[in-house]
Amino acid sequence: MSRSQLHPGILAVDCEAETRRIAQWMTEIVGCKLRRRGVVIAMSGGIDSSVCAALAVRTFGASKVYALMLPERESSSNSLAGATRVAEQFGISYSVEDIAPTLEALGCYHWRDQAIRAVFPEYGPDWKSKIVIAGGHEGSFNYFKLVVQSPTGESHEARLPVREYLQVVAATNFKQRVRKTIEYFHADRLNYAVIGTPNRLEYDQGFFVKNGDGSADLKPIAHLYKTQVYALARYLGIPEEICNAVPTTDTYSLQQSQDEFYFALPYDKMDVALWAFNHGVPAEDTASYLGMTPAQASFVYKDVVAKRQAAHYLHATPELVEPVADPDLTRCQEFQCAAKRS
Amino acid sequence: MDVVMQDIKTVVREFLFDNFVMAGNVTIADDTLFMEEHILDSTGFLELIAFIEETFEVRIYDQEMVPENLNSLLKIENFVRRKRGDLSQDARG
Repeated sequence: MSRSQLHPGILAVDCEAETRRIAQWMTEIVGCKLRRRGVVIAMSGGIDSSVCAALAVRTFGASKVYALMLPERESSSNSLAGATRVAEQFGISYSVEDIAPTLEALGCYHWRDQAIRAVFPEYGPDWKSKIVIAGGHEGSFNYFKLVVQSPTGESHEARLPVREYLQVVAATNFKQRVRKTIEYFHADRLNYAVIGTPNRLEYDQGFFVKNGDGSADLKPIAHLYKTQVYALARYLGIPEEICNAVPTTDTYSLQQSQDEFYFALPYDKMDVALWAFNHGVPAEDTASYLGMTPAQASFVYKDVVAKRQAAHYLHATPELVEPVADPDLTRCQEFQCAAKRS
Repeated sequence: MDVVMQDIKTVVREFLFDNFVMAGNVTIADDTLFMEEHILDSTGFLELIAFIEETFEVRIYDQEMVPENLNSLLKIENFVRRKRGDLSQDARG
């Protein structure tokens, strides 16, 4: 078998053909398999949800797409502006629902701030915070650092102990889970399906919240590398400011890029590294292509494996003691027909 | 807990069995590699690090959180003993 080699065309995508393929697939899934009348999509103002929304409009028409903007206290105002602009450009009906009061009632901010204060006791209401990943791409174990900023702009940073790390993440996960609850309310109300918007990096590496943004009825771009999502975005006419923005999590009060939160490298390099890993490209070749040392590329490969293992739990469906056959629709229909005849 | 004279490997092994759900007849040999044998995931290592810091009263710095120091009972024993100054320079592996 010939060895896969890295070259600038590895992530090239025929946008027209890919758009057609995804549209056909979505029609079959939503219309035949799920038997829903349209789709609900939460729009963050980022590239992934914008592309999914545009694909949904191409597939179903704008009248069968309903968008939700679900900001909270720490969302950037740019996010709402971007999402609104895309929805209006594509003629999508939408509503904006501030989830901050719900998060407050659930204790999201309280639990998170309590964990932060265990590390920085002076942390108060006017402070800002974020967590950043460290270690994995340097050969260490992955761990998280907490960064806080005082109202006067002073920054402090410390490694998060495991209990506080878990509590900060658990509290923050309320945001994605509350959003998903609202998405399914509207999906049930309209008899629509819910679109999930992860790209391949996110889906493969577990960059999502279980039963939060990880929950959906269909995920139309989970097979596409982020670079390919950008190509599709330009083909579909997503506004330039969204195509040019640095991907953020929009989850913490301090600005946080996705690679500092989770990925070992910026998305364009991470795409190449993941493609190379998936195609058996030796770490030395990837290193040379991406301008890093062989040791660094080897750490990135190990990090891909570690995150994939961590993602296993996130992807897992509930376990059963023994296999239980899926409801067989054909047999159900036969039974119903037989019942009518008798 | 005074673990100065105790076998570090025994203490850590007990922690692993107490803290993590081990299925079946899992055995952890002194040189079993936690990562490769899927005994610990990344969060598991963070829990292990917290346990080592509290139990053996050592501070593990960011740059020390590497497999060479923590990926087996033997490596942990050598690492903790180095941190505590129990090993001479010659014995550092």
